[in-house]
Amino acid sequence: MSHLTDLPTWAAVGVCGLLLFGAAMTLIGSLGLLRLSNFYERLHAPTIATSGGTILICLASMLCFAVLQSRWIFHELLIIFFVTVTTPVTLALLGQATLYRDRFEEENGVPRKHRPEGEKGPD
Amino acid sequence: MRTWFPYPLLSLALLIMWLLLNQSLAPGSILIGLVLSMVLGWVTLKLHPARSHLQRIGRAVGFALEVIADIIRSNIAVASIILRSGRIPPIAGFLTVDLDLEDENALALLACIMTATPGTAWLEYDRRRKTLLFHVLDLQNEEVWLGTVKRYEAALKEIFQ
Repeated sequence: MSHLTDLPTWAAVGVCGLLLFGAAMTLIGSLGLLRLSNFYERLHAPTIATSGGTILICLASMLCFAVLQSRWIFHELLIIFFVTVTTPVTLALLGQATLYRDRFEEENGVPRKHRPEGEKGPD
Repeated sequence: MRTWFPYPLLSLALLIMWLLLNQSLAPGSILIGLVLSMVLGWVTLKLHPARSHLQRIGRAVGFALEVIADIIRSNIAVASIILRSGRIPPIAGFLTVDLDLEDENALALLACIMTATPGTAWLEYDRRRKTLLFHVLDLQNEEVWLGTVKRYEAALKEIFQ
């Protein structure tokens, strides 16, 4: 980590660009949480941070350490893989929980659940 | 071989992951990785996951590239919607689509892809009616979104069946 000054200029520019761009994507994702008006819309905002933001920041890290040749760059690939695979679970769970609550409270604009004839559901 | 490693692909992936995390090819870490992948393979056997057979690996690679392109495109699209949302509120809404996917793993993969792509969120799959309810942030033309899901469905069907 102490050899960051050895980084050639072209690599430093690339790393900086990727880092800033990734951080901007993450910021936009968080801004979306603040700005969008209902829960279902807000569900879309964090995926920007987890897909775009994570991938760009990891690419910056990979570029930096690949040029410095100080260590392998496979950790970042694992980070990208696991973040992409695990966030959908959380988001789908949150979405289903909200859908269940909104149907229970008979909120307007939420699609009803289709039930077969003669079956009584909890809502 | 099957008794030691009931899920060879899973065990291989776990071994590779272990070696990558340790960043070494020393005999010790390979041994621990083998034991780990064997034990976790047995644990997975107890969970009875749905088995599915991958067909046409070449098609899968093409599909992965397609999905990556879609993720990049929708990242930019959703970012611009959020930045504009102060002036122009987004037209969001629910969509329902009929799915013809039997394979559990294909459905799980579809859920992953749709949630990883900003702009679409998987909400509910009705097993009996085989319909999927999902939420779209930019509902200006429904046809495009329905077409996208249908395209994914066709590709997954080709890969898994």
